[in-house]
Amino acid sequence: MGDGPPSAERTAGTPDGQGAGGARTADAAGPSPRSAAGPAADAAAWVIETRGLTKRFRGGQVAVDGLDLAVPAGSVFGFLGPNGSGKTTTIRMLMGLIEPTSGTARLLGRAMPGASRTVLPKVGALIEGPALYGFLSGRDNLLRYDSADPTADPRTRGARVAAALDRVGLTPAAGKKARAYSLGMKQRLGLAAALLQPRDLLVLDEPTNGLDPQGMREIRTLVRELAADGTTVFLSSHLLDEIEQVCTHAAVMAKGRLLVQGPVAELAAGARGRLVVTTADPGEAVRVLKEHGVTDVEAAEGRVTGSPPGPEGPGLAELNAALVHAGVRVTGFGVERASLEDAFVALTGEGFDVAG
Amino acid sequence: MSRAEAEVVAQGRAVSPLWTFGLLRSELRVTFRRWRTLALLVVLAGVPVLIGIAMKVDSGGSPEGGGGGGGPAFFSQVTQNGLFLVFAALAATLPVFLPMAVGVVAGDSIAGEAHSGTLRYLLVAPAGRSRLLLAKYATTLVFCLVATLVVAASALAVGALLFPVGEVMTISGVPIGFGEGLLRALAVAVAVAASLVGFAAVGLFVSTLTSSGIAAMATTVGLLITVQILDTIPQLDALGPYLFPHYWLSFADLLREPVYWDELGKNLGMQGVYAAVFGSAAWARFTSRDITA
Repeated sequence: MGDGPPSAERTAGTPDGQGAGGARTADAAGPSPRSAAGPAADAAAWVIETRGLTKRFRGGQVAVDGLDLAVPAGSVFGFLGPNGSGKTTTIRMLMGLIEPTSGTARLLGRAMPGASRTVLPKVGALIEGPALYGFLSGRDNLLRYDSADPTADPRTRGARVAAALDRVGLTPAAGKKARAYSLGMKQRLGLAAALLQPRDLLVLDEPTNGLDPQGMREIRTLVRELAADGTTVFLSSHLLDEIEQVCTHAAVMAKGRLLVQGPVAELAAGARGRLVVTTADPGEAVRVLKEHGVTDVEAAEGRVTGSPPGPEGPGLAELNAALVHAGVRVTGFGVERASLEDAFVALTGEGFDVAG
Repeated sequence: MSRAEAEVVAQGRAVSPLWTFGLLRSELRVTFRRWRTLALLVVLAGVPVLIGIAMKVDSGGSPEGGGGGGGPAFFSQVTQNGLFLVFAALAATLPVFLPMAVGVVAGDSIAGEAHSGTLRYLLVAPAGRSRLLLAKYATTLVFCLVATLVVAASALAVGALLFPVGEVMTISGVPIGFGEGLLRALAVAVAVAASLVGFAAVGLFVSTLTSSGIAAMATTVGLLITVQILDTIPQLDALGPYLFPHYWLSFADLLREPVYWDELGKNLGMQGVYAAVFGSAAWARFTSRDITA
């Protein structure tokens, strides 16, 4: 679900008067009249779209370099890269906090930072961790952030704050001063601030940072729920398995540049899987596999892996038969699907070293 | 474009223009609920208490001395009329204590939010940079008024407790009634608060320059002291009329009969110019700045 073509259909459908989508449809419809005449025909298909987005800081350091990002509507988009690869700078430019050196960024079809006032009320964000007023209670923090939004109805403020607190499970601690919160609670309160209003887009920068495994699971469940409601989620992370678990799409950044983007399944498919043989006779298995044209063979304890032969080589069934025929005691045989990590290694030729 | 925008607005929720004041209300609530603000106000309220007690003790020793005549004109009259403690306290706090408190609030306004990271969340809310700056400045101005009124109210209470009150002898030597005197006291408090308008804008500007609340507060208060020293150096007399504290003590002219408006007007004019210049500078800086904190 949610890859390129469906979003294009959604946009094509809107001018026909399918107004059931509410605010979301209105957004998609906004740029459409222009796009019919202009070159930016598919602009509204993307919830986030950047063209040549570049940020050079005053020291001359290039944090983001010619970024062309396209986030389809309805996706859970993983924005992946090691620390310092330019993810947060990109997010700050998207949210209008930093002026790009060159290039453009569009959010919900509108140019940022010019359209901040109309776009940002429909965008919830968690940027580089939560920031709270330590001297205010959790509830008062949310009341404060909600008051800052001129489109937020003060009559429903209390109810919306209570609902947001409830959604992240902070209701019992709502009256406590925020400075007494644990890191995980602060993170939840930050998320609650992003959920004060119904949003079309959620931008979550490392939302599981500082959370224990249980907290991480809860956040992931929450992200899935939100996505199921139709909210596009843009999720940055340096954790590959996190992206793989919740995202439909992903983009990989390294050193300020975009390496690749697309549906997660396609990205992983780009890297070939590994042939895995579980056996009590690894030495013999290695010999037989090499004989049959399997390359890059590695043997570990009770386990032999290698690159499966190409289409012109022997089939998997033949390989298995050959192993058995040679007297290798095979207890497991198959091809493991490539992970995003394999894809990343294939792309960069290096491991995904977060510490670097 | 405009038609598309109108469509979006029409289909969206009806947004009341009044909601935009939510930020200002929140700003006021947060500012005046901070213990730091309350501590500043308590200290300011303590100044008239100290002055009052000192005068009482002093006058107890020498009833005719009345403070030795070294200080501003009002001090000598406090023992005869408690209302004069209001004028004496404002004259004592205006050069240092009041602007220092304002410097803390103004200097911390933007820089403090940047330091704690809350600035980025306010801006993506979206508070809007100009709107946030205006709310911050308006809150600082309210603090100026509240701080001044706190000093005046505390002085009035202490003065009435420790000294007799009654008819007020103006500087011009014409007596006015106590009620009229109270009104003049209120006018003086407002004039003192207005004297801080320019300095508040300076503090706001400094606050947009840095992401450290402490640095902004220190710089603002440092500027205050520097400017006041410059204002007292005789060789720099030519500079004097352009410095924001130069006409600060003009509030005393409200105690003349009739009121002498010349310097009061000059003071208000200068505060307006400072507010415009430094307010614009703060706006130019804040609306173009990269928020990386």
